[in-house]
Amino acid sequence: MKAAGLVFSHLHDDIVPELTKYRTMASVPFGGRYRLIDFTLSNMVNAGIDKVGIITNYNYRSLLDHIGTGKDWDLARRSGGIKLLSPFITAYNAGGVAGVYSTRLEAMLSSVNFISECSEDVVVCSDCDIICNIDLSQVIAYHLSSGADITLVTKRSGDVGNVTSRHSAVICDGDGRITDVHACTPDDGPDTAICTNIMVISRAYLLSVLGDAAAYGYTSFFRDIMSRNVGRANYRAFPLDGFYAIINSMAGYFECSMSLLDGSVRRELFGIEGRPVYTKVRNSAPSLFLPGSSVTNSLVADGCVIEGEVRNSVIFRGVRIARGTRVENSVIMQDGIIGGGCSLNCVVADKNAVVRDGRVLSGHSTMPFFIGKGIMV
Amino acid sequence: MFKKKECIAMILAGGQGSRLYALTSRLAKPAVSFGGKYRIIDFTLSNCVNSGIDTVGVLTQYQPLLLNDYIGNGLPWDLDRTFGGVKILPPYQGRGSADWYSGTANAIWQNRDFIARYSPDYLLVLSGDHIYRMNYAKMLAYHRRSGADCTIAVIDVPLEEASRFGIMSTDGDGRIVKFSEKPKVPESTLASMGIYIFNTRMLLDSLAADERDPTSSNDFGKNIIPSMLSQGKKLFAYRFDGYWKDVGTVRSLWEANMDMLGEDPPLRLNDDSWRIYSRHEAAAPQYIGKTASVSNSSVTEGCEIFGEVINSVLGSGVTVEAGASVRDSVIMSRAVIRAGATVDRAIVDDGAVIGARAVVGRRNAPDCDIAVIGAGVRVVDDEAVEPGAMMYPD
Repeated sequence: MKAAGLVFSHLHDDIVPELTKYRTMASVPFGGRYRLIDFTLSNMVNAGIDKVGIITNYNYRSLLDHIGTGKDWDLARRSGGIKLLSPFITAYNAGGVAGVYSTRLEAMLSSVNFISECSEDVVVCSDCDIICNIDLSQVIAYHLSSGADITLVTKRSGDVGNVTSRHSAVICDGDGRITDVHACTPDDGPDTAICTNIMVISRAYLLSVLGDAAAYGYTSFFRDIMSRNVGRANYRAFPLDGFYAIINSMAGYFECSMSLLDGSVRRELFGIEGRPVYTKVRNSAPSLFLPGSSVTNSLVADGCVIEGEVRNSVIFRGVRIARGTRVENSVIMQDGIIGGGCSLNCVVADKNAVVRDGRVLSGHSTMPFFIGKGIMV
Repeated sequence: MFKKKECIAMILAGGQGSRLYALTSRLAKPAVSFGGKYRIIDFTLSNCVNSGIDTVGVLTQYQPLLLNDYIGNGLPWDLDRTFGGVKILPPYQGRGSADWYSGTANAIWQNRDFIARYSPDYLLVLSGDHIYRMNYAKMLAYHRRSGADCTIAVIDVPLEEASRFGIMSTDGDGRIVKFSEKPKVPESTLASMGIYIFNTRMLLDSLAADERDPTSSNDFGKNIIPSMLSQGKKLFAYRFDGYWKDVGTVRSLWEANMDMLGEDPPLRLNDDSWRIYSRHEAAAPQYIGKTASVSNSSVTEGCEIFGEVINSVLGSGVTVEAGASVRDSVIMSRAVIRAGATVDRAIVDDGAVIGARAVVGRRNAPDCDIAVIGAGVRVVDDEAVEPGAMMYPD
């Protein structure tokens, strides 16, 4: 069964404004060598999806740079492949907001041509604030066998942590049929299923509800489409096994990065046979651990030169850490330069950050010290 | 559809590499792994692309399966082009004859139709088994400036090693006056790097004449270059002073890997202006565990290290378990070093497994005694592998 993919690169950008100042949520760096969209794209490609529309609105230059032609995900195709769905801004609406959308439903409406021109029976939708390695072909198979209109992939609230009203609680009957969808409230306990922001929708059904949305001016997918139709339509839930994380704050980003130091998390994300996580290839040289360096319990990408001490940290591609420096519990993004004699603890340094010799910086795990892109301290 | 190119490259990649023994029992020398995430031919291919040469023929003969797969459509090197790109050129059956490549010159001769498609003014002939980073565009500019028929890249070697190479004697302008292949008493220390730029038309004439000579072994060093010299053609030497190493022996392969290490490594790959491209797997970043100790080593993506790694080069996806020790060694992709094993002065090829508490090689073994564990070989628990031992793949 063929499926098309629809990726929302922009939803939730406001949740980590520090990281999305110059980029979309989709292109937020994560895990030493990835951007968040890599997980979503890899999940789709590994399920045999070879036509993916990526919806963008603002700030998407870094995303364009990352995606390129799509060949790193084997999505550079004559037929299908990556289709970037940028806002439809014309000379007549550029001054207003007509071409730019903010909600999921508005973004879908603006991409209705892409959806209607697909020939696939189902559309797999995914946001870019999530980190997981899921077998989407199982979800698609369940969606088809249950005759669903929409299948939401869900995760137990207690396993996600830090659930807020931004998340949708999904209530099911014993058969996995959804009986209610609502914004999470404090009353929803840890056993409540929440939507993972991954869903499978039958394409014909999607086009029909988008028609309703256009006719009645609906703006919210969960409130105006799903809650309204939950009694009539066949909505299903598919609980996700394995590691799942959703970025919901700077502290959440930090915590999620640190969870990669856990071997079982790495196995569930990167160690699944036949389901690698692809990213833009940079052809960095291997990392050099110079004499006198000391690295423990850390994730290190290629192209680094390490002379100092690194503990419990995630070090991205091309980072340099000089002699006499101690980096602990920190995330240093690509091409960061940490000078000599520094001490860093609970720091998140964005791309190209420079920390000069002798600086002592410390945040806390609940509020990491953030150094913006290209900032020198 | 073919576009004329000023210069195209032909890479001689058919060599068996018999002095690499277990490392080349299943694949051609240019496909041998190097430096953690590369294969030897990546250096030549990347040099071509970085020098602006976008049309490359790769002449294969011995065990080409892996090399063909590896090069594929050339995507990792940006050589998947509409006009040009990389093409694998195996020997083929023609109407008049069906021949293996009898020598380096014959290999080029048999592909003269391929060359003619691009009508290049210059032909760059390269070996696929050297480790170096070189800008061929500079050599081509020198070739044009000097008005040469042929330019040969040379490197200064120590006098005591000179008799292993083809040695050039030049006049004050850099023109080659004498060429001796592996001379017993070298007259100079300028060694041929096996890198030639020819004026295409002149080369094809020389190759045609060479083919008519039944006594010729159809080799550039033995036949073509001496005959050009004797005909009074203008041959110039182009001096290269960067890092260059022929990795034709176990010892030299090991040394070239070790040259990546140290405070000021002779072979510096961490240079964004001259990247070496390779085809690699989508592996996670390396994880250095709580019990790990890594010093003076090169480690690449996908490794999981819990033991001790000293003065070593690790390929992608290598596992070093807790209590294992790797020193002065080259561990290639996906090899596993089990708990308590010791690996010293060894090359462990792709996917080999060193069993728990096994001992491979010996600390500070004499230089010539590098143990080689072939691809996929399993060294059983508690086994001892002598320094210099050679374990072949099944």
